[in-house]
Amino acid sequence: MSPHDGPHDHGAHDHPHPNQPDLEDAPLAYYPAMADAVAELLIEKGVFTADDLRSTIDYMASRTPALGARLAARAWADPAFRARLLADSKAAAAELDIDTGPAPVLVMENTDAVHNVVVCTLCSCYPVFLLGKSPDWYKSRNYRSRVIRSPRAVLAEFGTVIDPAREVRVHDSTADMRYMILPRQPEGTEGWPEDKLAALITRDALIGVCEVTAG
Amino acid sequence: MSAAAHATSAPFAPGDRVRVRTAFPPGHVRTPHYCRGHEGVVERLCGHFPNPEELAYGRVPTAPCALYRVRFPQRALWPDYAGPAADSVEIELFDHWLEAVE
Repeated sequence: MSPHDGPHDHGAHDHPHPNQPDLEDAPLAYYPAMADAVAELLIEKGVFTADDLRSTIDYMASRTPALGARLAARAWADPAFRARLLADSKAAAAELDIDTGPAPVLVMENTDAVHNVVVCTLCSCYPVFLLGKSPDWYKSRNYRSRVIRSPRAVLAEFGTVIDPAREVRVHDSTADMRYMILPRQPEGTEGWPEDKLAALITRDALIGVCEVTAG
Repeated sequence: MSAAAHATSAPFAPGDRVRVRTAFPPGHVRTPHYCRGHEGVVERLCGHFPNPEELAYGRVPTAPCALYRVRFPQRALWPDYAGPAADSVEIELFDHWLEAVE
C-alpha cells in the first residue's frame, strides 16, 4: 500500500490521486466501433430513431427472472396452466400479460425422472424476454464446452447433485428455439399462494443449474 | 419445389432415427461439430425457419427449412461419458443436415 492509499488528511497537499478508469480510457475495439457506426447510420437514414433505440434497450433491461418465475409458479399451482405452458408458452404467458419475445420459447419440465439444463454451445442464445440478461458464466466458453459433455460434474460445481437414477438432459439451444426450465415444486409448498411460490424460483433454477428449495 | 411447398414439407417424424451429415462446409453453420456423423432420434418438429447459412450472408428471403429437435444418448456423442446410460442431449438441427437411418 502506498502512503496515499489509506485514509489521510486532504488539507494541504497537491499530488495527484489515481482515478478509477472511465469507460473511454480503454481503446475502442473493432466491434463496439462497428456497432456504434451502424447504429448512427440507421438513425441518420431514418430506419429508427434514437428514442426507439433507447426505449428498446430500456425495455430489454426491464426483463428479469421474476417473469419466468411467475410462469413457473402458476404452472405449479394450476395443472391445466402447466399443460398449456408446456404446449404453447407464448399463448400461456399471454394469459398473464407476459411477452415471451420474437423467438419461440420451449418450456422443459423437470420431473422425478428427468433433470433438464440449458446451454448454447455455439454462442449464447438465452430467453431474455423471460429471464432478462444472461449471467456471464452462461456465455463463458468454460460452461458452454463443459456442460454439454460433463453435465453432472458442472452441475455439482453449482452445488447441484442429481440422483443417478434421474436422466440428465442437456438442451443445446443451437437455432431458433429458446428454453426455460420448469423446476420441480419443493415438497411442503403445495397450496402456497403463487407470489410466495414465485419468490422461491430463481434465474439459476429456470436455466436448470439448480433445483428449487423451500426455505 | 415451390417455396410454399418447401415451407410445409417435413420428411422426418418424431421417433425417426436420423444421422447428422459428416460435412464441413465453410461459412456460418449452426450444426455443432460434436454431433456430426452421430445417430439420434427426432424428438419433435419445431417448425420452419430461414436457413441461417443463407441468412447470415444477407440472402433474404430464404426458403424456410424444417427445424427438428434430435435426441442423442450422451454415450453416443462422447465414448468416455462416465454418467448413466439414460443421460442425453437434445439439439436443434435443420432438415438438410439429417439423413434417414434404415
